[in-house]
Amino acid sequence: MNLEPAQLAFFAEADELLTRMEESLLGLESDPDNHELIDEIFRAAHTIKGTAGVFGFDDVVHFTHEVESLLDRIRDGRMAVTAAAIGLLLRSKDHIGALVRAVAEKSELDAGDVREGGELMAALLDLLGRKAPAAGDSIVESAAPELVREAGGDDCVSTGNWHLSLRFGSDVLRSGMDPLSFLRFLGTLGDIVHLHAVCDALPAWSQLDPESCYLGFEIDFRSEASKSDIEAVFEFVRDDCVIHIIPPYARVSEYLDVIRALPEDDLKIGEILVLSGALTRAELERGLVRQLDVGQPGERVAQTQPLGEILVEDGSVNAGVVDAALVKQKQVKDAKAQEARSLRIDADKLDHLIELVGELVIASAGVQNISQTLANIPLSEASEVLLRLVNDVRDQALSLRMVQIGATFQRFQRVVRDVSRELGKDIELVINGAETELDKTVVEHIGDPLMHLVRNAMDHGIEQTDVRLARGKPARARLTLGARHEAGGIVIVVADDGGGLNREKIRSKAIERGLISADAQLSEREIDRLIFAPGFSTADQVSNLSGRGVGMDVVRRNIEALRGTVEIHTVPGQGTTLGIRLPLTLAIIDGFLIGVGSTTFVLPVGVIVECVELAGGQRSLARARGYLDMRGEVLPLLWLRDAFDMQGEAPTRRENVVIVKFGQTRMGIVVDQLMGEHQTVIRPLGKLFQALRGVSGSTILGSGEIALILDVAGLLQLAGRNEHQLQAGAAVRALAEGDGVPTTTA
Amino acid sequence: MDAKSSLALAVVDEDDEFQEQQQQYLIFRLGAESYALGLLSVKEIIEYGGVTQVPMMPPFVRGVINLRGRVVPVIDLAQRLYGEKAAVTRRTCIVIVEVGTGEERLDMGVIVDAVSQVVEILPDAIEPGPSFGARLRADYIAGMGKQDDGFVIMLDIERILLTEEMVSLGELTNATA
Repeated sequence: MNLEPAQLAFFAEADELLTRMEESLLGLESDPDNHELIDEIFRAAHTIKGTAGVFGFDDVVHFTHEVESLLDRIRDGRMAVTAAAIGLLLRSKDHIGALVRAVAEKSELDAGDVREGGELMAALLDLLGRKAPAAGDSIVESAAPELVREAGGDDCVSTGNWHLSLRFGSDVLRSGMDPLSFLRFLGTLGDIVHLHAVCDALPAWSQLDPESCYLGFEIDFRSEASKSDIEAVFEFVRDDCVIHIIPPYARVSEYLDVIRALPEDDLKIGEILVLSGALTRAELERGLVRQLDVGQPGERVAQTQPLGEILVEDGSVNAGVVDAALVKQKQVKDAKAQEARSLRIDADKLDHLIELVGELVIASAGVQNISQTLANIPLSEASEVLLRLVNDVRDQALSLRMVQIGATFQRFQRVVRDVSRELGKDIELVINGAETELDKTVVEHIGDPLMHLVRNAMDHGIEQTDVRLARGKPARARLTLGARHEAGGIVIVVADDGGGLNREKIRSKAIERGLISADAQLSEREIDRLIFAPGFSTADQVSNLSGRGVGMDVVRRNIEALRGTVEIHTVPGQGTTLGIRLPLTLAIIDGFLIGVGSTTFVLPVGVIVECVELAGGQRSLARARGYLDMRGEVLPLLWLRDAFDMQGEAPTRRENVVIVKFGQTRMGIVVDQLMGEHQTVIRPLGKLFQALRGVSGSTILGSGEIALILDVAGLLQLAGRNEHQLQAGAAVRALAEGDGVPTTTA
Repeated sequence: MDAKSSLALAVVDEDDEFQEQQQQYLIFRLGAESYALGLLSVKEIIEYGGVTQVPMMPPFVRGVINLRGRVVPVIDLAQRLYGEKAAVTRRTCIVIVEVGTGEERLDMGVIVDAVSQVVEILPDAIEPGPSFGARLRADYIAGMGKQDDGFVIMLDIERILLTEEMVSLGELTNATA
């Protein structure tokens, strides 16, 4: 049988279970009496162990077993939920993850993991006192083998031992097998507690054939091995022997647990039993053959005997286990019938769909274009309907890629916990807006920058507890991770209630690093932004968390690569807030077409505040001053034709100003014409253009032409750099505010 | 013939075909000069048109075109080689070439004055390029192909379109913009 797909499912499932386990463990820390959490953790460990057992991932099973034993004690209340225990369990969870990964990648554990495994094992065994089940129960000696067999089907499997009932076939010796060698091999898997030889089959001496085997054994066997392992011992004689392996009571309950914890898949009863470990594959096949044999002569009238009954009669499984499996099977069927199921879809397929929808959007824009030029009313009505539907399809397709940011935030519970311990600070993580949705690609890429920011906040932002107390703040610091939708994008906030940025220190450091000149006049905001400059770090000591001076620079660049921006707001003594503004999706935006000469550009609609006409006397005045008096406010202007050094003359009658807002900065972009909204499918421009500022990508218009998408943040920087060319002092000051690169002041 | 040897033969055939292709070159004209471009790197040849200018790029980057939904940069080869802008005529073409290796493969359009033919140039008909004296950089020349009516310059298109170098040039242009 090909186990590959099943194994892959196991790896994915293990991943999820481990994540859940971690969440529950962290939850347990603040709420140690929560039994549901303990059960959840136990189930997670248990399921991993059970499934790993099915695939024979012994390392995983072995280690997880000990973890489970500890959890079992906690569940029974025999052990308190201490911080130490949770710490150990968290580390153990990580190690299980490492073990599973090693199996998944078919690689060896690295030395560090092996050492960690050893330490954890020792710690676990230490906490457990001694290795577990000292089942000292005396073995009920079986008077007659039949009796034991019967008992096997019932509840009497109450000892902590396996019971093996063996009847060797008469040809065993002739095939060159020695029954004793099997028993010896069995001994390597555990202890044979009791062995009773069954000699009932021996004929009278006169009829005895010395080459035939008449022996049977009833064995009580104590072992940690799984049922399949034990069965494997008798691999070579399985065909002509009668072997019954009856699990110890403890195992029966274990099977029950595994069956209950099995994923909600529509499985056949036999498969459920095999997955739980109660039944081996070979036993299942034997049972199925018997089912067929029984079924055939009965023709149509006689119902086929249920497999479960056959297996119980066979003594392969305990009736209770079969019942549990049947219940599980029914549950799954019921659940299937009711709930709207969620599907796992290959990300590539989804990407392909989005790409096609993108093409569709472009094509429908083309139709729209043509229908407008033709001025055929039925046609334009039809194309309107088409356009609306295409937009709906686009929104639906994009929403498929939307995921909640909560899962990303949750990961930081652990980070905050570990790092705060390490730093000796008491930090609480507050999460809000976890249900905010954004594109999966963005979510995938935001993890690392967030990690940097969170660590920085904990390391540099939040003060030591004694300092906090001295400043009259609560000893427990608060770190907030939040997300919300705003103006067609998403804003992610990382806020701490620490000491805020030390502007003096930043300034002197920047001078020391040669980032600014000693006499540079900088606004507070400009100083704050210095922390994003390359090679900047004020940490006196380089801790292993942060302070290498690459962090914030990398963060800024990562965020900009996602077409996002990062803003910093700090109040000395009260804390720092970092706001990351990101687009909702990377694939399609609502664009606004503007024209300069014969070239078309696209601006994201989300950044546009309004459009005004620039004509007559106002136009020449604006040209001379470089800014516009916008209802009493100074609005700096950027002539796109000049900024991009484009050929051709501006139209004679009038120009248009598109007023854009970016963060706190407003700017007017002067263009020739406004051409209306356009569904814009973003196409990257490619590596050749990666250094290009002011253009974030391109799109294909309905006419087949390519239009460049303007990047407002880049344009602002460009405007700052064109300072001397614009020759408009007042306006430029306002522009430079938004400039993220402080080196221009040097 | 047993299966094994026929398989070996097939491999040889493929090799032959590959070698044959390797020896084929596209001859095109740029100004008064003829150039050869390895046919293996040529994907298609299209009529010049629909080029969208990209601002603030070095002059040899003409812009981008829409090649069946994909955005492909277009390079002015004359500008890249001699610093002279190519004039667009009725016969001007864009040769789409694939450069780079593995993951980094990239399609680019190259503007040429006219394409003439595909010829076979055998390895022993290729002379090393002149180390000086040619109008273009020596490392842009892969060799000189001997033809009936003289030599054609065989271009090392990978090197000419080397993206890293062009990106850094772009950065330079940006910084001075």
